[in-house]
Amino acid sequence: MPVNIIIFGRLADIAESSLALENVADTNTLVKELHILYPALADAKYVIAVNKKVVNENTSLTENSIVALLPPFSGG
Amino acid sequence: MDKKELYERYQRQIILPEFGEEGQQKLLRAKVLVIGAGGLSCPVLQYLTAAGTGTIGIVDDDVVALNNLHRQVLYSVGDIGSSKAERARHILHQLNPEIKILPYNERLTVQNALILFDEFDIIIDGTDNFSTRYMINDACVLMNKPLVYGAISQFEGQVSVFNFRQTENDEAVNYRDIFPDPPKEGEVLNCAEAGVLGALPGIIGTMMANETIKLITGIGEPLANQLLTYNALNNQVYQLTLLPRKETRSLIPENEAAFLQMDYVWLCSSQIMQSEIDADTFNGLIANGNVDVIDVREPDEMPVANEFSNIKIPLAQLSKNTSLIKSDTIVAFCRSGNRSLQAVKILSGIFGEGKKVYSLRGGILEWKKQKQTV
Repeated sequence: MPVNIIIFGRLADIAESSLALENVADTNTLVKELHILYPALADAKYVIAVNKKVVNENTSLTENSIVALLPPFSGG
Repeated sequence: MDKKELYERYQRQIILPEFGEEGQQKLLRAKVLVIGAGGLSCPVLQYLTAAGTGTIGIVDDDVVALNNLHRQVLYSVGDIGSSKAERARHILHQLNPEIKILPYNERLTVQNALILFDEFDIIIDGTDNFSTRYMINDACVLMNKPLVYGAISQFEGQVSVFNFRQTENDEAVNYRDIFPDPPKEGEVLNCAEAGVLGALPGIIGTMMANETIKLITGIGEPLANQLLTYNALNNQVYQLTLLPRKETRSLIPENEAAFLQMDYVWLCSSQIMQSEIDADTFNGLIANGNVDVIDVREPDEMPVANEFSNIKIPLAQLSKNTSLIKSDTIVAFCRSGNRSLQAVKILSGIFGEGKKVYSLRGGILEWKKQKQTV
């Protein structure tokens, strides 16, 4: 079962706004895989949330995990 | 206002059992400071004024422009060219003459931020750039003020309440717990370049007004330690729980003196700061000649720049039209200095070390302002 990933804001200009990855055990692995798939992501600023909780450290993922990538917004 | 009139005006919220007369009294005593008087702030100001928020401060040094009107719904055609803070005060006073509205027709800086914030209970961030957003966040942490935050990007919006403890055991989260450091200028586009549907800041700004009213009256669950994202294209709402980060406190100035030393503009654009020039330097370059000045705005943008000769190449067409540029020194300018920084990136990429490329800091608006004060 894959891990589902939701991409927010203008990060969706770089990567698919919704995608799934197989065999990703934790968020560090997921980020590495994403940066290979979408190299421009490596230069972008974003925060990662797992199951609607923002995570600041490497976090293990299970087959039902939903991972969100959120960039900062500045517009007003 | 006599009691009868008070009940008449606010009757429909007073009859809510959770709100009641007590809620109304709390609102009438509240002092909120709204920073920015643009797309997000218009609905914030309208609803807080209508609800009877006792004192509302408005900080904005900008003037109303025609391309603001599709989303900044407080203003009309007759307001174009006038101070947003002053016009907002006038319009809101007509909506509710019973409350105090304090316009500050100035830019928020490290010099005035703490003095201003001290006068208010709640700070509302309706600005449009990272420099000011980080400055507001840090000042609120320093002064222990709740911060109602909203921001938009194209079709999506974010809302949160920072620096607020729902219960005593909670740890208050602030913006730096999500994004510890500001992005560099150009890494994230703002509205002037990225575009925005008018109704989106209306929706997000209205949510900000709602959060503010909840904070003041103590009803419901404010978005403390939560970040709500809304997508206007598919109506999806995604609400995230935020956690404090250990290193956040070390990034925020620890006292007033340290805050005054902070350079938030630099924080947000450290890489390309050296390519920005001020009005004086710009005037000097023009006087010396041998410089190509490029207006990277769209063809019909105001104000007209006819005080010096310039080449008009909108940003999107810049990379294809570099043959128009002959001099070894180039200055790009736009309305407020954001797009011209992107122009510097593009031109530096094309010409490399061969030409010196600058951006006019603050754009034509700042240049015209400087000219008036001389």
